Amino acid sequence: MSEKKSLPTTIALGVARGGLEIRQFMRQRESVVFTLAFPIILLAIFGSVFKTTLAEGVTFSQYFVAGMIASGLVNTGFQQLAIIIPMEREFGSLKRLRGTPMHVASYFIGKSILVFASMALQVLLLLGAGMIFFGVQLPTDPYKWLTFTWLIILGSAASTALGIAFAAVPKSGRGASAVVSPVVIVLQFFSGVFFVFTDLPGWMQQVATIFPLKWMTQGMRSVFLPDSFAAREVAGTWETQRTFLILLAWLIAGIFLAIRTFKWSRD
Amino acid sequence: MNVIEVQGLRKSYADTKAVDGIDLTIAQGEIFALLGPNGAGKTTTVEILEGFRKADSGTISVLGFDPSKRGVQSRVWRNRIGIVLQSTADAGDLTVEEKLSHFAKYYSAARDVDEVINSVGLDEKRGALIRTLSGGQRRRLDVGLGIIGSPELLFLDEPTTGFDPEARRAFWSLIESLRKGGTTILLTTHYLDEAEALADRVAVITHGKILEVSTPMQLGGRATAKARVQWKADGVIQEEMTDNPTEVVRRLAAQFPGEVPELQVLRPSLEDIYLSMIGEK
Repeated sequence: MSEKKSLPTTIALGVARGGLEIRQFMRQRESVVFTLAFPIILLAIFGSVFKTTLAEGVTFSQYFVAGMIASGLVNTGFQQLAIIIPMEREFGSLKRLRGTPMHVASYFIGKSILVFASMALQVLLLLGAGMIFFGVQLPTDPYKWLTFTWLIILGSAASTALGIAFAAVPKSGRGASAVVSPVVIVLQFFSGVFFVFTDLPGWMQQVATIFPLKWMTQGMRSVFLPDSFAAREVAGTWETQRTFLILLAWLIAGIFLAIRTFKWSRD
Repeated sequence: MNVIEVQGLRKSYADTKAVDGIDLTIAQGEIFALLGPNGAGKTTTVEILEGFRKADSGTISVLGFDPSKRGVQSRVWRNRIGIVLQSTADAGDLTVEEKLSHFAKYYSAARDVDEVINSVGLDEKRGALIRTLSGGQRRRLDVGLGIIGSPELLFLDEPTTGFDPEARRAFWSLIESLRKGGTTILLTTHYLDEAEALADRVAVITHGKILEVSTPMQLGGRATAKARVQWKADGVIQEEMTDNPTEVVRRLAAQFPGEVPELQVLRPSLEDIYLSMIGEK
């Protein structure tokens, strides 16, 4: 009887799953291209089209790179998971996992690791390409790097949890992309990723204020734009503390929803 | 010791009774086959035993545990069972070896990965990406994943659907080797020859009820059923149902000068018995 011999811990299996998820991800060429190259392509397009300067020392590329990193959080976490989990459910991969002694938390940990790793890679590539080709400037203030770090960690975590929660919405694996992608694209427009947020109509700004992407974008602007630019934000400041609290609230709500709505199989 | 004990199992969806009062006892080391047409309640029954679904009523004990329970005990229980689902089509971006090694980590006493790869006949495919495998090879990997945790009880849901005859034979010998190791197996299948080759006992289910539980040889009175003797006379196939086929053959031998044209003695196959059983309903 193997009953008394201990099972591996949830954390250890979560880490093992993370490694496996990353390996699988790297072998799916479409997802690698979409996640890693697409932001750079967008930066190239926008950087070439909008040659304007928004303020002293703030090129559109500089403004846009903040938005792209924030979008990256939503794409790699929320969008990717809300599309792939319904597919895993439809293919029966989740049901198979359900039949093993692995805890559901290990699965969640594995997904978080995947999101965090692809986010880190994406940021490196995006900033690298931005610096080399579009004159994007990196912050020098260590405090800004601190903000950047917690934004990435908190943002990835919230985005992961919300992605797992939203994965309960699409009815089928094939249809998931059609349900999820429009949500993300609309959110990007509303949250000031593609345009200067304060140029958007007031009602759009107000809608965006409810959702985390607006706060991620604003937070990233506080990292990549000079502090003088804060005067052009809606509140006239970066609202750093508020951003932290709102993202934390979304993370907690996301975890709660993910646990409540997660389904291993379709019926 | 009984590995599975079920009494008065019931489960309804909306207004259909999928499982309508099933009793079942499966002993340790037994290979037990559930037979029945689609929609008879096989899958629902098995999924309740696997802990995927909750029964409406009935008492269920699988390895002494109620599968509907959650929590730590449920993980300990899952550590002792193996499940091969009807169909899984993972994206397949891992190799056979990677997938098995990873699943081995889930269990407290996993089998040796190389040994499992060998026993499911995938030695030559160990480094191949799963998406490059044929249907039959994928199915064998499914079985490998089901047995990697050295389960005491293995659920096999239509394991050989889509196999060619040769692959099916190879699969049967794999099951035989698991039997020798003492694994209890609950098998559902559409193939009557498979049930006959593997199962110690079979149960026939229709409309959520068990019609009969018996050995494959005795199901539906098969062992004592009349034999059918066929031959050709005056250009027409003749046949006679009899309890004493030898007697009939002897009579025919005397009747014809040489060979009895197209002589056959037929006993009902498991399939004949099964079809007549489910046809009655």
